[in-house]
Amino acid sequence: MMVAKNIPSVCLSCGGCVGVCPQDAISLKDMKIVIDKEKCNNCGACVRFCPVGAMKLDEERGD
Amino acid sequence: MKSGVIDITRPVNLKDEYDVVIIGAGPAGSRCARLIAEEGFSVAVFEKRAEIGAPKRCAEGIGVKALQRMGYTGNERFVAQHIDGFYLYAPNGKEFMVEYGSSQGCVVERKVFDKFLAYDAAKAGASFFTRTEVVDVLRDDGKISGVVIRYGEEEFEVKAKVVVSAEGIEGKIARKAGIDTTNKLINVDSGYQYEMANLTMKDPKKLYFYLGNEIAPRGYIWIFPKGEYVANVGIGIGGVGATKKAKEYLDAWIENHPEIFGEASIIEENAGGIPVGGLLEDMVRDGFVVIGDAAHTVNPIHGGGMDEGTKAGEMAARVICECLEQGDVSHNALAKFNKLWWKERGEKLKRVEKLRQVIEKLRDDDLNFLAEELDVQDVIDFAGGKNLTKLAKILIKRPKLIKLATILR
Repeated sequence: MMVAKNIPSVCLSCGGCVGVCPQDAISLKDMKIVIDKEKCNNCGACVRFCPVGAMKLDEERGD
Repeated sequence: MKSGVIDITRPVNLKDEYDVVIIGAGPAGSRCARLIAEEGFSVAVFEKRAEIGAPKRCAEGIGVKALQRMGYTGNERFVAQHIDGFYLYAPNGKEFMVEYGSSQGCVVERKVFDKFLAYDAAKAGASFFTRTEVVDVLRDDGKISGVVIRYGEEEFEVKAKVVVSAEGIEGKIARKAGIDTTNKLINVDSGYQYEMANLTMKDPKKLYFYLGNEIAPRGYIWIFPKGEYVANVGIGIGGVGATKKAKEYLDAWIENHPEIFGEASIIEENAGGIPVGGLLEDMVRDGFVVIGDAAHTVNPIHGGGMDEGTKAGEMAARVICECLEQGDVSHNALAKFNKLWWKERGEKLKRVEKLRQVIEKLRDDDLNFLAEELDVQDVIDFAGGKNLTKLAKILIKRPKLIKLATILR
């Protein structure tokens, strides 16, 4: 399954992806982007929004 | 001195209850806080960041009229540069210049400006708390009755008669209060900006706007001077339709303009989402109001949000104070804010949003055509939601643009 993934070293923590996520799956916690994998439905809105390329869709590793 | 052990896990001066709690100490929140405090009500403002005003997500431009509305003169320490006009560049490079002959606006230092708004609100009696994040709302019989805040690892319940969300584009609390503030991707611009030093501008008193789908699809590149050789250099592009990241477009454009940037250095990097549409009919619930970027009250053409946010903060403050005096903070009573805002600002912004919907469908040759047909005053009028029938009349001169003219009706 693909889910959104944040690349912290690229991210400026602007929070725009939080606003465009239709699943309410992204939060800005302690100024870091946190993604709720359960809610993410792989729509890619955050990836298309991100001004710097800090969001990507990634194969979820089995925990 | 108090005796005993000081508890460093609790925010200093925190009380259990306020008349009003405001989420976010940006311009909208602090402006709202000040006016409510001036009426003698108790207000707490919770800011999740460690510093009010930083990091900025803004090109920092604001009109002198907006500053004067807030009681400032434009000579305060937060003003970096006075602006007396602008240059606008069509995709084919054609240059338009407007000069007003006097200062019409300012580029401010948000790190100082936001603090000024907070200082003035605090002086009026509002209580500010940094590094304090609102994580949930409290409910009493279904009605919003306060918030849950987190400071470090500790959570506290804070009661309030009215909660105001001024929490910006990343806000989640309004959604918890039952207002869907999710931004459709089509209604958000991706913003990216450098603050640069040692760049070459022909006039530091002018703003610079560069249009074109090649350089900035459904948006523009800006240079907002903050001094003779310092400026915010940024881009806003539509989240739908762009093939590259905002940063890629901006970096490429900077590389292509060595005459401006050949010797320049980057002092700061900023990113941000700009809500350029999706105005909310209803911005209140029982005991709850949402304002500013969180409510998408941004000019959909130029993306400016400080004037809109502070104005909404003022209107919300007026309504909230009335409601508190009358002891009725129900949805019905607070809905007066909707009415006020839509009358004074919303109807205009709605028209500007329609204009945005037209412009985003224009190709570069259409933009060049419009640049020939329009004079600069038209452009200023359109951005203010005025005189759009003139645009419709020009659009219908080009058969393929007739359909777009109907959007403006």
